[in-house]
Amino acid sequence: MKAHYGYKDGAGDFFIIIDTDNCIECADHPCIPACPESVLEIIEDDYEDMVCAVTMDHRKKIKYSCAPCKPDRDRPPLLCVTACPKNALEHLW
Amino acid sequence: MITAGIDMGSKTIKVVILKDGEIIGKSIELAGFESREAAEKAFAGALEAAGIAQGDIEKTTATGAGRKNAPYTEHEVTEVGSDARGVRELYPNARTVLDVGAEEGRAIRTTDEGKVLDFALNEKCAAGAGAFTESMSRALEVPIEELGPLSLQSDASIPMNAQCAVFAESEVVTLVHAKTPKQDIARAVHDAIASRIVSLARKVGFEPDVVLIGGVAYNTGFVDSLERALETKIIIPEDPEFVGAYGAAIIAAEGL
Amino acid sequence: MAEFWRWKEYNWHDENKDWRDGELITAGVDVGSVSSQAVIVVDGELYAYSNMRTGSSSPESANNSFNWAIEGTGLTLDDVGFVIGTGYGRVNVPFSHKAITEIACHARGANAMYGPSVRTVLDMGGQDCKVIRCDEKGKVTAFAMNDKCAAGTGRGMEVFADLLAIPIGEVGELSLDVEEEPPPVSSTCVVFAKSEATGLLREGWSKSKVLAAYCSAMAHRVVTLLEQVGVEEDFAITGGIAKNSGVVTRLEKELGIKALPFDTDTQIAGALGAALFAQNLLRKKLAKAGK
Ligand code: SF4
Ligand code: SF4
Repeated sequence: MKAHYGYKDGAGDFFIIIDTDNCIECADHPCIPACPESVLEIIEDDYEDMVCAVTMDHRKKIKYSCAPCKPDRDRPPLLCVTACPKNALEHLW
Repeated sequence: MITAGIDMGSKTIKVVILKDGEIIGKSIELAGFESREAAEKAFAGALEAAGIAQGDIEKTTATGAGRKNAPYTEHEVTEVGSDARGVRELYPNARTVLDVGAEEGRAIRTTDEGKVLDFALNEKCAAGAGAFTESMSRALEVPIEELGPLSLQSDASIPMNAQCAVFAESEVVTLVHAKTPKQDIARAVHDAIASRIVSLARKVGFEPDVVLIGGVAYNTGFVDSLERALETKIIIPEDPEFVGAYGAAIIAAEGL
Repeated sequence: MAEFWRWKEYNWHDENKDWRDGELITAGVDVGSVSSQAVIVVDGELYAYSNMRTGSSSPESANNSFNWAIEGTGLTLDDVGFVIGTGYGRVNVPFSHKAITEIACHARGANAMYGPSVRTVLDMGGQDCKVIRCDEKGKVTAFAMNDKCAAGTGRGMEVFADLLAIPIGEVGELSLDVEEEPPPVSSTCVVFAKSEATGLLREGWSKSKVLAAYCSAMAHRVVTLLEQVGVEEDFAITGGIAKNSGVVTRLEKELGIKALPFDTDTQIAGALGAALFAQNLLRKKLAKAGK
């Protein structure tokens, strides 16, 4: 499932897209400890698979939650995206 | 040498007239729906205060969201440029400028030489700027000038869930109905907007001294929330909403 | 809070059927921010439902909607083998065995109501906007949900209806009453769009013209969300805005795709999906117990 977590507001589109089919086979979920802001968690989805998701707490403010990882100048690769062995994570902004 | 700076903000228009580095006149007008007219009025006010005529001004630089519509203007700079320049003149030790206006929030990081290193914006969403506190003051039925002092009376920190000015209005109404003390709601409102400005500051890697400008700097409750969240003292100039126009006027003089 | 759409509360049950003849009786309860629905399914067939306003407490709304759905059927909670809660208040359904998100339930329900050819569902509610894509079994393949920003939700439309002092139900028709389509309102943010609209009214724009400009801005915004997730036919629209012809017409035009005909009862899609999920789980439970 391509889960789009986040929002669209007047300022733009702020979505983290997780292709959760990849997570089912992912043993260690390395994305979770990689995120310094604890934005991600593993949940049991509606089809009883254990997959990665953005926590409820962060869903309506990820533009701000993820801001420390996204300086406008010299932006390094994102820690969660780099940690994922399956390329399952994508940030839209 | 006489120059002018005009800041065409979305809500107010500010004009500063400089003579050899000294401010000799300034004026502010509500932009309303006819910003050009309001700008001319602001200009006339500043000229009158300075006791000079339009023809005495050698150069005018415009800044602000509506700078393309500014009258009598030869030259334009971005808000980032004028903010940084104005703050530099007032506080040479400033390294971070936060500018919170009616429709935009901005964080600017400058080098030791005063050059702009980085900046970040909150724009096009009322939740990230002064418009948020205005909506909340309406929902709370407390005049905007009283919102700050009111929130300073609170020592309870309650969370606001809504991240949108429209949804937050409903949340405030619900809190009022639930008999939550108004001062606590006011503080929650300021904490909410401050957290969004803090994230901008973090984004640019804020360093002291931190200077806050823009109209929202008059809101003592917001300043308190901001200082608490940033864990640092914040410097506020005497006329925080004129700093952009002041910076523009300096840039006009430097260009001559 | 004002209501986005005036609608009748209603309940229904199938007079030609007796639930006592059935084997698997399950229920789904969808507690949304504006309305709550309960659906009873007997052996996979829709048997009874209700649709009513959500009150101030979610558990109470869940109870009320369930009781209203079973009214006159002789059915009691004890006869129901499995109950699933969904919607914004899903964890507050006191008698449910499990909670499932409204995304999954909506997809499952739309699949049952519109048929297995539905691939994209746009649900525009009072406080959120969802795009859901699903396969022929009604399983979600992609989704996006926007509940942070009032633009693109019923709430945003309400702000405009209030500003112009027009009943919300008339907004769509009025917005179509223009000779020429004006350019859309340029600000997305409801707060800023409202000041923009105030300016347009001062310039002498008619209310219809202002509404047209807002409806097309809203349609465009929703289209961008749809395109983000990808649109595939068959395409269905549910939720309050599905009844706003001003937004739907413009949205269909921009997308170049027609939505399936709208039916009021699609409001129960989420609860129906929940009841169908409940049926699977009940079957599993019984199979386990039988071993
Ligand atoms: S590391 Fe990648 S595949 Fe594994 S749980 Fe995280 S997002 Fe999913
Ligand atoms: S409607 Fe709300 S979230 Fe959307 S842009 Fe405006 S203030 Fe921001």
